Amino acid sequence: MITEVRGRARILPDRVNTDYIISSSRKKESIDPSELKKWLLEGVNTDFAASVLPGDILVAGEAFGCGSAMEVAVTAVRAAGISAVVARSFARSYYRNAINNGLMPVECETSGMNENDDLVVRIDVCGVTVTNETAGTKVTARKIPSLVMKILEAGGLLPYLETHGRFVEDTR
Amino acid sequence: MTTGRTIAEKVLSAKSGANARIGDIVVCEPDLVLGTDGSTPMAIDLFERMGGRTVLNPERVLLARDHYAPAASDATRGFHARMEGFVSNHGVELLEVGDGISFLVALESGRVEPGDLVIGADSHTVTCGAVGAFATGVGSTDLAAAFLTGKVWLRVPETTRVILDGALREGVDAKDVALELVRNLGTDGASYAALEFVGPVSDTLSVECRTVLSNMCVESGAKAGLFPNSEWRSDEDARFAGEMYIDCSQLEPKVARPHEPENGVSVTELVGEPIDWFFLGTCTGGFAEDFRTALGILDAGGGIAPGVTVVVTPPTRRIRKTLEEDGTLTGLQRLGAIVTESGCGPCCGTSAPIPPPNSRVLSTASRNFKGRMGEPSADIYLASIRTCASAAISGRIVDPRTVA
Ligand code: SF4
Repeated sequence: MITEVRGRARILPDRVNTDYIISSSRKKESIDPSELKKWLLEGVNTDFAASVLPGDILVAGEAFGCGSAMEVAVTAVRAAGISAVVARSFARSYYRNAINNGLMPVECETSGMNENDDLVVRIDVCGVTVTNETAGTKVTARKIPSLVMKILEAGGLLPYLETHGRFVEDTR
Repeated sequence: MTTGRTIAEKVLSAKSGANARIGDIVVCEPDLVLGTDGSTPMAIDLFERMGGRTVLNPERVLLARDHYAPAASDATRGFHARMEGFVSNHGVELLEVGDGISFLVALESGRVEPGDLVIGADSHTVTCGAVGAFATGVGSTDLAAAFLTGKVWLRVPETTRVILDGALREGVDAKDVALELVRNLGTDGASYAALEFVGPVSDTLSVECRTVLSNMCVESGAKAGLFPNSEWRSDEDARFAGEMYIDCSQLEPKVARPHEPENGVSVTELVGEPIDWFFLGTCTGGFAEDFRTALGILDAGGGIAPGVTVVVTPPTRRIRKTLEEDGTLTGLQRLGAIVTESGCGPCCGTSAPIPPPNSRVLSTASRNFKGRMGEPSADIYLASIRTCASAAISGRIVDPRTVA
């Protein structure tokens, strides 16, 4: 199975914590992702939510999603129509919550990527690559294991289990 | 090629039935599944949307009302009501308000054994690593999936060994070691990895002290913080990602400055800093012995400084009872401390009281992020209960070794 995600790069700094993605004070008002997306990444850039377009790809530095493990920091990103985040590294809890909510976490070197570059994330049997069509470069990303890929393809753990009722890759 | 296995590989192999090696994704059957009133209401919704009708292993699930203890709004009362409805349908155990913090109740009631796999929708579930269990925090979606399938998917982590060498000096506690560990590793220095504590200090620490270290591993992004025992230990030829060395003989009492747990410095650098609000409790350093130490220091020092607030929250009902029976709580109250319902208390701003605007807080908690206790203008410092109690005598940070 080949998966390709194309989109425009939206550059973010290192160590964007979950509070910068969605502020705690917004979480107190509602945890509905379609509401929360209006304040997406306001801790980094207050104009971000207004300029984000469905299909954009977030490009971050180190430790994306560090801090509190609240899942709304993932569901709000998904609600904005973003299906992939490329980062040099992720906080463990964000990586896990991203997979479980169908947001593809792509871990690779991001230094050659600039705002608005056209990116193509491709996952196939050989692994994961990110092509920067604007710059004409290509980097290899950390492999995505097959069970994780199945969960992502389903759109997250909820739809995966809705369909299968259990972990089908479990061979026991 | 090495054939030896780490504790993480051993536990995850046993719980998945697969040969779980570092980097593999395995589907495991946890021995214990924990949820809190912060994470479970969303998990119940997700469970129902997954088509869930029955909880697969209800006897392995333990849910707690610890963060909103007591519930103080319609919304939080609603969370508790949702949990009550769920447990009555599914035969799952739900702790009462005041019973205490999920994973501490699990530990003190003997529900966690060495070699167990514990998952909890609370990042500090790692605390159960103190008894040699592989314990890790998961999200609400994972909690829902565990209700439905009795299983969880996990990546087998790398393991970094933390060697605690030397011996702790008088006045230096497990909390000081934990603050040094987090300072050393930084906020994400252990991301995805399991930490394993070895060395002479690790071997002699009490279980209570071990929980403090396991607990705070997560402040460096770790997936687990494990103390080995004679049965569950890593093979000598296992593959380790790295090693970290802490000479405990050199350690001084530490204080983490606002707003990151990694901002630990020697208490001697902060002597004289005014503090007006103290919090003694939480899942990292609020055991019965700790409160006795605090009372001893305060009594010897002549009590709590005028104008200073001291809030005491026993983390579990069992600890509270012990402290009631031996007079510690009455003693603290007599000195003017506010004793709250047991649970998380004011740790994350979900239960009263909340520090006032622009206050300077010294706390035994594990986190001091901006706004963590519900008041964004408060500056939160972290330290051992010994350092906190010593400072409450004068309302200024002091080196606890200079106090009686
Ligand atoms: S005491 Fe604080 S850190 Fe511990 S579980 Fe409760 S809120 Fe979390």
